[in-house]
Amino acid sequence: MAPKLDGETTGLHRSRALLGEKLPPGLKPVFSEAGIELKPVYTAADIGRAGDTLELPGEYPFTRGIHPEMFRRRPWTMRQYTGFGNAKATNERFHYLIKNGQTGLNVAFDLPTQCGLDSDDPAAEGEVGRVGMAVDSLRDFEVAFDGIDLDKITVSLTINGSAAILIAMYLAMAEKKGFDVEGLRGTAQNDILKEFVGRGTWIFPVEPSIKLVGDTIEYCARHAPKYSPVSVCGYHIRESGCDPVEEMAYAFCIAKAYIDETLKRGLAIDDFAGRLSFNFNIFGRIFEQVAKFRGGRRLWAKILKEEYGATDPDNMWLRMIAGGGGFGLTIDQPENNIMRGAYYALIAALAGAQTVALCCYDEAYTIPSPKAQRISLRTMQLLIEEMGLCDTVDPLGGSYFVERLTDQMEAEIEKTMARVDELGGIVTLIADGRLQDHVSRQAYEHEKKVESGEIRKVGVNCYRIEEDELDVEMHPTKPEDLALQLASLKAVKAERNEPEVARTLDRLRTDARAGLNTMPAIMAAVKAYATVGEMTKVLIDVYGRYQEPIRFAAE
Amino acid sequence: MGVGAMTDVTPRKIKVLLAKPGLDGHDVGAKVVVRALLDAGFEVVYTGLRKTPEEIAERAKEENADVIGMSILSGSHIPFAQRFRKLWDEYNLGTKLWLIGGNVPKKDHGTLKDIGVDAVFATGSKLDDIITYIKEQTARWPRN
Repeated sequence: MAPKLDGETTGLHRSRALLGEKLPPGLKPVFSEAGIELKPVYTAADIGRAGDTLELPGEYPFTRGIHPEMFRRRPWTMRQYTGFGNAKATNERFHYLIKNGQTGLNVAFDLPTQCGLDSDDPAAEGEVGRVGMAVDSLRDFEVAFDGIDLDKITVSLTINGSAAILIAMYLAMAEKKGFDVEGLRGTAQNDILKEFVGRGTWIFPVEPSIKLVGDTIEYCARHAPKYSPVSVCGYHIRESGCDPVEEMAYAFCIAKAYIDETLKRGLAIDDFAGRLSFNFNIFGRIFEQVAKFRGGRRLWAKILKEEYGATDPDNMWLRMIAGGGGFGLTIDQPENNIMRGAYYALIAALAGAQTVALCCYDEAYTIPSPKAQRISLRTMQLLIEEMGLCDTVDPLGGSYFVERLTDQMEAEIEKTMARVDELGGIVTLIADGRLQDHVSRQAYEHEKKVESGEIRKVGVNCYRIEEDELDVEMHPTKPEDLALQLASLKAVKAERNEPEVARTLDRLRTDARAGLNTMPAIMAAVKAYATVGEMTKVLIDVYGRYQEPIRFAAE
Repeated sequence: MGVGAMTDVTPRKIKVLLAKPGLDGHDVGAKVVVRALLDAGFEVVYTGLRKTPEEIAERAKEENADVIGMSILSGSHIPFAQRFRKLWDEYNLGTKLWLIGGNVPKKDHGTLKDIGVDAVFATGSKLDDIITYIKEQTARWPRN
């Protein structure tokens, strides 16, 4: 039965494509995760055009890839998610991964940092350094990136609620270390709308949260034009239960909300659109996943060109980081996750992802161990070095099946986006909790199907063995990490110029109240070593706190 | 409730407070459990994210919940359970089932039970097992 929003049929579930012909006797119909019926075999008639009419990679609308030579020119960036304890411990892990051939960094922050709390805040008790690196002030960034060449290794910050502050810290740190901020590359996740749907590290209400994202895009467009201030995440909404079509559709709707916010500030689409990137999930059916990315890439280019009037191809490209996540992995027989991860990496390569953050086998239940991280890194290196995945661009291009599915995915994503707009738009659906309700119902339906065996999950509801009673290892936390972090915070506070801190925080308050772009004031406060918690408190005073809508509509 | 009405009264539903303590934002599992408990006929109050031990204790008292469920995936289940246990008497929570779900390694289950948690339903648990456990444990609880 199709999920509903508030008792009303949403239409977010799509009509199932008909085969138009009867299945051979004895075969049951098969549907993709997004509800597209799959034929046992495809022919030239299915794509309604000859293969040689397909555009080349690097040509609009970029179905086959955003660059002409893709991985022949340069393999995808390998960017494993890392960070724990304090800045010093994280810096050591960064150097370990770079030494092992990792080509980009993807920083995990602890929950207090993500929620805008200092390490000495009572609400941070038990959480400091647990699921990522603790950051209180610019000092922590100086230590974390010590000895790393930021011109060669690009850094991605997985930060959302407090992203404006951490982007400012990254830019200030780079400037202090002598890098040219005008040419500095890097990414911040900074997609707050998806945090309201999944992941949950929101701080401020919806409207000011979008305003802050606009502040970072505008500021970077003007002062750090190579920096990508937002990575819009279909990833976490998919992780919260939605299907692959919805993953792309909601991400595109959210990206459009940020674009619209930025256009209001007088920037032209070609000034910034190319610096928006995407973060998508990989699990499920191999060919549907590849088609999702190919169809999505084509649709995004069309939206940018036709709807927003972008003229530079660079501003129409769907740049993406992709990787598998917890939803596809299982806590049962966790070694199977190594194989799942290998297929996810294959999908990312076949789909032409720019960057891959491959999930680790223990990531279903903890932040990855060094061993698990190395296996994921080696998985990608195997594809690059031994298995020829970089030799030819878009190797599935022209496949009757994949081209047909690409067309269908594109059409379904577009339909879902139109339905979101009819229901009031993505911002409204998120603010009143209808989207969250819709997505969590799907997670529930999925779980019921796994428990009933309707959806097969290897090692979970089939092929189980007696030895399954293996315990999991959680990432260990050390009490001395907390002590070190608290001591470092105390030292920073003792050394800094307090009147300067007070002055910059006052300016932040004044600018936020006046509706000005807050980034210049945040930059000044960061440079004065104001803390994440101090700056967040000022912004909460002005904007208030988000109140989560609790909604569990009856079917 | 008048004595005469007693025979016609169906017992009120078992009330479950489902809480997300601490800063952990992983709520997919908690929301799935909320829906499963609703479908199983329980009354369910979901707190939403980022609740302090005090807020959860206060809410449990206010709602007069029969069951307190907590979903923790960040690894901070032991310090959190210790903090919550200290509030049990202060808030006069009385007899209630206390359940914890999420990413809890088996080696920690004993520690949580020593603190006072009645049962742990770690990631991978079946919805039916949670429902059956609550029904069995509360079967003899008078509720009207």
